[in-house]
Order: sequence, then structure tokens, then C-alpha cells
Amino acid sequence: MDLNMLWYLVPSIVMFVAGVYGFLTRKNMIALLISLELMLNSADLNFVVFNRYLFPGSMEGMVFTLFAVAIAAAETAIAIAIIVNIYRAVGNTDINSVDKMKY
Amino acid sequence: MDSVANIILYFVVALVVVVCSCLTVLTHKILRAATYLLFVLIGTAIFYFQLGYQFLGGVQIAVYAGGIMVLFVFAILLTRKPDAVVQRIGHHRRFIGATVAIVGGVLLLLALFFMPISHDLNLVTALERGQMITMEEIGKAFTGTDRMQYLLPFEAISVLLLASIIGGVTVARKR
Repeated sequence: MDLNMLWYLVPSIVMFVAGVYGFLTRKNMIALLISLELMLNSADLNFVVFNRYLFPGSMEGMVFTLFAVAIAAAETAIAIAIIVNIYRAVGNTDINSVDKMKY
Repeated sequence: MDSVANIILYFVVALVVVVCSCLTVLTHKILRAATYLLFVLIGTAIFYFQLGYQFLGGVQIAVYAGGIMVLFVFAILLTRKPDAVVQRIGHHRRFIGATVAIVGGVLLLLALFFMPISHDLNLVTALERGQMITMEEIGKAFTGTDRMQYLLPFEAISVLLLASIIGGVTVARKR
């Protein structure tokens, strides 16, 4: 029994599909962000798996994943700052209650 | 033929990842969703370790499972009223979400299994073909300007992190 590429890509697909489902059905903005992290994480895993199995001599997939992790950290920090600010202004973090920007 | 330990480790981690990523989007309590997401992230880090990327696994645990999860937990605790009623989502949107997810998943699986590239390489041969990535190689790749070296994106990331620090403070500050 061999652990080939498909074995690692199937959990990644499940992760991505779960993220899509959560993104479409959640109402809380932090839950939306959590679903987004799931999808991003599955894309990162794909980069690494393709790097390992298709181009074993190079490390470009790993470098891409490192940059993606850094960008995800920055994006999450900003998004959470915005959500906390919206919570102060509106009183909840429901996505439906943020239908106007300033006025 | 891969070793039995690798296969057992794979199945345990894959089960944890699949179950926890489904529970992340199905549970009603948001703090539990964050906890399940933590398990998914740690499982992904173990996959990275198993595929031979030790540095990447360490970064995944330090940045994702450490930093981002703490941010999530703090944000959840900051933006929650103790007596808030959890709003149930309508059946209509849940049906749309499930349809899109299932159709997309089936399409992705079909695309995966009819992928026109060879996937007869097993883990041991893949690990043997690629040499071990040392810390020195990673450091040189991040601080060089030759081909396949990434000094400019590295500096751009540092500027981006500075901008996100300033932006985060500015946006979330009390007026």
C-alpha cells in the first residue's frame, strides 16, 4: 500500500468543501473568517503536496506556502480589528446587520 | 511500499482533519468552531512534517496554531454577549450551501481522479528523490536575489506586516 499524491489531496478537498459550506451558511463574521482560514489552509496543503510529489528537487511550493501563511496572518489581524470595530458600532457581529457603511 | 508507521500516522491525521473540518462548519458554538479549526491546523502541520518540510510545519504551528488562534479566541471573547441567542440560519441558505459544497466536492474529486499526471510515486521515493531542505538553503533562498531566490517578496512581506500592525491599531482603537 502506497501513500501517493491522491491520499493527501483528498483531505485537502474535504477541508476546502467544508470551508465553502461554512462561508455560505454562517452569519457570524468571525465564523466566516474561520471558514476562510479552512479554505486557505487546504490551498497551502496542495502547494506543499504538489511540490513534494511532482517537483521533489525544488522548494518553490514550500516558499509559496510560507508567504501565504504570512499574508494570512496579516489578513486575519486586519479583519479581526475591523470586526471588533463593527461590534463597537453596531452591537453584534452579524453579517446581515452590516448593510450600510457609514450612513 | 511505505512503512506501516507512516500509513497509520496518515490515517489517524487524515481522520482528525476530515472530521474536525466538518465539525468546524457544523457546530453552533463559535468557540468550539475555533477549537476544531485548531485541530485541523495542527493536523496539517503533521502532514507537513510527514512530507519532509520540518521548517514549514514549525511555522504552521507557531503562526497558525499559535498566533492566529489566539487572535480568534480573543476576538470571539471580545465580541460576544453572554446572553446572546444563537441565530439559526434559514433552511434555504443551508440548502444552497450544502448543494454548492457537495457539487463542488464531487467535481473536485472527479478532476482529481482523472488528473492527467502520474501519481504512482509513493512517499518514500518522493522523499528520497528530493534532498532534505536544510535551514541554510531556506535562509539563502529568502535573502538572495538570484533566480529562485526571494529577497524582494520577503521585504514586501515585512512592509505588509508593518502596514497591518499600523492598520490594526488604527482601526480598532477607541475614539
